Amino acid sequence: MAPNESAGRTLGVALGVCLVCSLLVSAAAVSLRPRQMRNMLLDRRTNVVRAAGLMHPDRSIEEQYERIRARVVDLATGEYVDVDPADFDQRSAARDPDRSVTIPGDRDVADIRRRAQQATVYLVEEDGRVDRIVFPVHGLGLWSVMYGFVALDASDLNTIRGLVFYEHGETPGLGGEIDNPRWQAQWEGKKVFGPEGDLRISVVKGPVDPEREGAEYRVDGLSGATLTSRGVERMLHYWLSENGFGEYIDRIRQRGV
Amino acid sequence: MASKALRILFDPLFNNNPIALQILGICSALAVTTMLSTSATMCIAVIFVITCSNGAVSLIRHHIPGSIRIIVQMTIIASLVIIVDQFIKAYAYDISKQLSVFVGLIITNCIVMGRAEVYAMKNGVGASLLDGLGNGLGYSLILLVVGTVRELTGSGSLFGRQVMTLATEGGWYVPNGLMLLPPSAFFIIGLFIWVLRTWKSEQVEEEG
Repeated sequence: MAPNESAGRTLGVALGVCLVCSLLVSAAAVSLRPRQMRNMLLDRRTNVVRAAGLMHPDRSIEEQYERIRARVVDLATGEYVDVDPADFDQRSAARDPDRSVTIPGDRDVADIRRRAQQATVYLVEEDGRVDRIVFPVHGLGLWSVMYGFVALDASDLNTIRGLVFYEHGETPGLGGEIDNPRWQAQWEGKKVFGPEGDLRISVVKGPVDPEREGAEYRVDGLSGATLTSRGVERMLHYWLSENGFGEYIDRIRQRGV
Repeated sequence: MASKALRILFDPLFNNNPIALQILGICSALAVTTMLSTSATMCIAVIFVITCSNGAVSLIRHHIPGSIRIIVQMTIIASLVIIVDQFIKAYAYDISKQLSVFVGLIITNCIVMGRAEVYAMKNGVGASLLDGLGNGLGYSLILLVVGTVRELTGSGSLFGRQVMTLATEGGWYVPNGLMLLPPSAFFIIGLFIWVLRTWKSEQVEEEG
C-alpha cells in the first residue's frame, strides 16, 4: 500500500485540509461581515428613499433618509408597536409561526400564503409634518415573489406617490420592466380607493385614456407581461385592503399619523 | 521554457477552450451573461477560484490520498468560492444581488474541478497556476463575447451605458427580447464554435 493510502494518513490530510479551509473561510466571513451589513442597510434605505421620491443627485442616501422615520405597526390593530425598526425583519418574521399568520386561501390574492403580524412603515416628513407614508408590499409575479414599496400621500391615504421594486425574478425585458422608471412614473397621482372606500386601482391592457372616466384608477400594463401586471395589481389589492394595512390606514384617517 | 509557459497560458483561449472545445461550464455562461457587468464579475471570480484551486491542489498533490482526492479538491474549491462570494457581497453589493446563487455555483463548474483533477494533480505549482489562469481566461473570453452581444442587442447598452437609443425612449433601436433569455446564449456560443472551427479546422470532430 502506498504511504499516502493508509487510514491514518487519509484522516490526517482530510483534517489538515479542513482546518486550513475553515480558517480561511471564517476569517473572510467575519472580517467582511460589517461591510456587508452596511451594504444591506444602505440598500434598504436606498429603496425606501426611491419609493419616497427623495432621490437627489447631490445629496447622499443617508442625508435624505434623515427625513424618514420608520415605525413598526401591528397589522391586526393598526396601532404602532414598541419595536425598534432596526431590529425588525419582516421577512424572517413572516417565516416564524409565532410572529406570522396564515392567510386564508380566499383572501390570499397576492399568493403569499403567510404574512408577518407586524410591518414597518416609513413616515416621510416635509416641513415638520408627515407628507407621505411608504408601505412595504410583496406578492407573486410570474416566476417568483416581487418585493417593493408603495408610497401614499399622507393627507388622503389614497393618492399614490411612488411605486418601486427592489427584488423580483420577472423576465428581463418583459415583466422585468416593472423596474423601468417610466412605467413606475405613471403610477404617480393614481388613486387607490373609490369614493366608497372600495379598492379600484387596476392595471389594464393598452394605454389609459386620461379623458375617460376612471382613468385615475387605471395604469397601463406591461406589454407581453400580463401575469406580472396582474401580480402587481393583486399585490396592491392585498396590502392596501383590510387584510394588509387597512386597519392602519383607517386608524390614521380617524386619528392622524 | 518560456514558450511552454505561454502555451499553457494561451492554449485554453482558442486551441483548447474549455467552453468551445470541451463544452464545459455552459450553465453559468447562459445564466449571467444578460449584462456585461455581471459577466465580467463572474469572469474575475472564476479566474481567481480556478487559479488558486489549481495552485493549492498542485501544492499538496503528493500528499493527497487517491481515495479522497475528489473530496479534497471539492473542499478547496468550495472554500475559495465562499471567500469570493463574501468579497463580492462586501465590495460589489449590487452585482452580487444580480449574480445571486451563480457565484456559489462556481463550485459545480466542471472547468474548475476538471483542471484540478486533470492538470493540477499531475503538474508542478507554477505550471498549474498558469493552466488555471489560462482556462479562466478561456472561460472569460466566451462569457465576455456572449455578454457583449446579449447586452448590446437585448438592451442596446454596454456595461449599463446606453449605446443605441431604444425605440421606447424615442430612439431607433427595437431591442431583441430573445437575447435577454437564456437560449440566446446557446446560439451565440454555437456561432462562436462554428467560427472557431472554421478557423482551426483540426477542432472539427470526425463524423461517425
